[in-house]
Amino acid sequence: MSKARIATIWLDGCSGCHMSFLDMDERLIELADKIELVYSPLVDAKEYPENVDVCLCEGAVSNEDDLKKILKVRARTKILVSLGDCAVNSNVPSMRNPFGVEAVCHRAYIENAQLNQQIPKQVIPPLLKNARPIHECVKVDVFVPGCPPSADGIYYVVTELLAGRMPDTASKTRFGA
Amino acid sequence: MNPSAQKTLSVKTLQINGKDVSAREDQTILDVARENGVFIPTLCNLDGLTPVGACRLCLVEVKGSRRLLPACITQVQDNMEVSTNTETLVKYRKMILELLFAERNHVCSVCVSNGHCELQAMAQKLGVDHIRYPYLYPKLAVDASHDRFAVDHNRCILCQRCVRVCDEIEGAHTWDVQGRGTASLVITDLNQPWGTSESCTSCGKCVQVCPTGTLFEKGRASGEMTKREFLPYLTLMREERV
Amino acid sequence: MTPEELHKIAETELEAKQQTQHTLCVCMAAGCVSTHSDKVKESLAQQIEKHGLKETCKVKGVGCMGLCMAGPLVAVEQTGALYQMVAPQDAEEIVKNLGKQPVKRLVCDTTQPFFTRQKKIVLENSGVVDSERIEEYIAAKGYEGLLEALTSMNQAEVVEQVSKSGLRGRGGAGFPTGLKWGTVAKARGERKFVICNGDEGDPGAFMDRSVLESDPHRVLEGMAIGGYAVGASQGYIYVRAEYPLAVKRLKDAIKQAERLGLLGHNIFGTTFSFNIEVRLGAGAFVCGEETALIASVEGKRGQPRPRPPFPAERGLWDCPTLINNVETFANIPPIIRNGGEWFAGIGTEKGKGTKVFALAGAVKNTGLIEVPMGISLREIIFEIGGGIPDGKKFKAVQTGGPSGGCIPEQFLDMQVDYDSLAKVGSIMGSGGMIVMDETSCMVDVAKFFMEFCMTESCGKCVPCRVGTKQMHELLSKITDGTATDENLAMLEELCDVVKNTSLCGLGMTAPNPVVSTLRYFRDEYMAHIHDHRCPAGVCKIGKEQLATV
Repeated sequence: MSKARIATIWLDGCSGCHMSFLDMDERLIELADKIELVYSPLVDAKEYPENVDVCLCEGAVSNEDDLKKILKVRARTKILVSLGDCAVNSNVPSMRNPFGVEAVCHRAYIENAQLNQQIPKQVIPPLLKNARPIHECVKVDVFVPGCPPSADGIYYVVTELLAGRMPDTASKTRFGA
Repeated sequence: MNPSAQKTLSVKTLQINGKDVSAREDQTILDVARENGVFIPTLCNLDGLTPVGACRLCLVEVKGSRRLLPACITQVQDNMEVSTNTETLVKYRKMILELLFAERNHVCSVCVSNGHCELQAMAQKLGVDHIRYPYLYPKLAVDASHDRFAVDHNRCILCQRCVRVCDEIEGAHTWDVQGRGTASLVITDLNQPWGTSESCTSCGKCVQVCPTGTLFEKGRASGEMTKREFLPYLTLMREERV
Repeated sequence: MTPEELHKIAETELEAKQQTQHTLCVCMAAGCVSTHSDKVKESLAQQIEKHGLKETCKVKGVGCMGLCMAGPLVAVEQTGALYQMVAPQDAEEIVKNLGKQPVKRLVCDTTQPFFTRQKKIVLENSGVVDSERIEEYIAAKGYEGLLEALTSMNQAEVVEQVSKSGLRGRGGAGFPTGLKWGTVAKARGERKFVICNGDEGDPGAFMDRSVLESDPHRVLEGMAIGGYAVGASQGYIYVRAEYPLAVKRLKDAIKQAERLGLLGHNIFGTTFSFNIEVRLGAGAFVCGEETALIASVEGKRGQPRPRPPFPAERGLWDCPTLINNVETFANIPPIIRNGGEWFAGIGTEKGKGTKVFALAGAVKNTGLIEVPMGISLREIIFEIGGGIPDGKKFKAVQTGGPSGGCIPEQFLDMQVDYDSLAKVGSIMGSGGMIVMDETSCMVDVAKFFMEFCMTESCGKCVPCRVGTKQMHELLSKITDGTATDENLAMLEELCDVVKNTSLCGLGMTAPNPVVSTLRYFRDEYMAHIHDHRCPAGVCKIGKEQLATV
């Protein structure tokens, strides 16, 4: 049996969900026999490949770059998993939303900057009006809330998907868990 | 108990989810369901406070009624046939929860009530794993002017438990609601900072009954923000003293 | 006050009337006052004085004459001549022509269907009596219903007459009035109350305002009869503060009635006492909902509570309370005077009597009309209303305000009564009727009403508070041209949950404008969503927005 092609991506999040993924510890070795990690912040691939079976997506969609990425991921992935609260409900990244982009950038780049006070116009991708959950931008197949979801929860989701079943995440995790 | 205070109450029999149950005539569907181990979700309801039927999670189907009825407030009747868990009800309850989550800024991960929140637990219990409605992201304030407590409107679901406990149990009526629609806000006295309220006795009952992280004690970590269940005891004591 | 004294007042008044050769009736209801009928009245009085006609001619302010679009209206009582769009400078000509041919250029044709097709019960005195003088009301058989009820009927007989009449609540829901009265009469309680709901809040509706401004005593009399029938001695009339003229006339009317002993202790020498107080609404639409209104009268925040218990059982201060709408109470005096059977002879099988409508929107004759139940929408709009102006095409008629729906052309020949309107997805409502032509976008109309419900939701229950907000967002997306089919599916799903889970009538009916426009004008929604185009050209779907689709 060929290995399942798995990817993970990291949008606007703290990487805690990826840490939790790594917390699967020795179970990662067991998984390694069944999966091929084709794209991830944890591996070297530069371009998101075609024909990905499952992508675990961490983080909210906060800037134009995130939006481009998630559109590409959706187009090339069979099962898209919103991993963690930022992906599921935009969580902490959304706390800027009530204030508006301008006020947020001013606070970050002018008020609280000691050197070189300026709001970046190039290189740094511009923020979207709101940090949004992934499912507001593209179709999401599985939701795994939690901040972060536990390693057990992630293991459960991945193994269920590998077994061809849709995981019942409510039994394993919740918002803010 | 004073025997003269005892009133004769007749007994009713009804069906909940096809099971025959009996009840006193002054009981609500919710009372009877709980006695019989039938789960009906609630958020605004709290034993010891007047039910208001605001959250709509406890709606049940009653045969012969065109409308769904709030279990917390509907009194039992003979031969009632109640269904508490139909497909429609399950769907509506999830939608109502989704509407609540989308309304304000419920960021569980940084909330002081994370792990002790009735809204959070209800979402898990009813299988709400994401919110399909667009978030409204209102800009809401935190009032930390009180010495011991604070109110974070970002977490408020307007269940009015604080309003009721303050009025009915403490007798201070410091809390009330201002505004309409999604602009509704719980306020202290005449919408002034909590710390300047003259009617507040700082008893903290409102904090104890708040189902979410809206009202909290200052200086407590989320692990410490557990709530005490004191109302049933209090009301029982008061009843017996009559 | 004795019965003889009442009759004496009527006689004196009628005698005085006969001595007057010409009476000029100037509409002093809010519609005409807004076009300065008060100045017209002043100017007419001056001209009468100037021409030395003071002995034989009189000017009086009257209530609404109906054809608001042609205001200020002035009628000559003796000849029935009606002048429209009268300016103060027209006064001299009108006065000079009294007793001669009416001034041609000002004449309003009273033989047009707008006047001839109406049937007036509630509005029988509107535009006829001086609403600021109780004597005129008494001369028009006023307080005779109360007299009859108190002196020759027992409580059960009054309820029976109301039941026989088949009158149903005119506030919108159409609950049988007699049944309600009977329930309150039977309810046990040391004290009972009567409340008149005058918190008319539907956009485009002004029936109750006109009744209160034009004939306030009729409502007071209806309430007093209600008080007698159910055993209440205190009444409250809840009027929105946005109706200052109605409030003033009501307060004056209460004073006049008290002065004559028609309200107060031992009315007509019987043991029945009844007082009425005015309570002002502070501008919340939801206070038109009876439990919210009761909370407001109690001095609490105007929020509804679940029913049952119904107010008939537990209402104001937990006492049994009879609560009816202004128009319902206004129907009571003639029912008692003429008997329930007389009333039941008017209208249809299930809708008895008449209904007052506020006709507005894309129709030639806008104004206040009263028609028998069972008349067709086509008759109302195209005969009484005179059809659609500027040769435009009829598209829909909206009844029932934010709780109602839009009715398309195919149902124009349908009879107007509670059940048939409900069948096509609208409601009778309190009587707002807004006609729309081809230049109206139905999605935009739905959005307008949703915005109204969203801002007027009291915020107590979740589905109404947040559901209306989400629906409004989705409707805005559709009118922006940025919505998808999924958005439409979500909108329909929200309509369902808000309708079925909201606490009070406001939420339960809030989706109606969306549901009915989706039912009859789905193609317009589709044009916005799929073709990014507003067929009526109302919604601005700009290139900018399309770029983000």
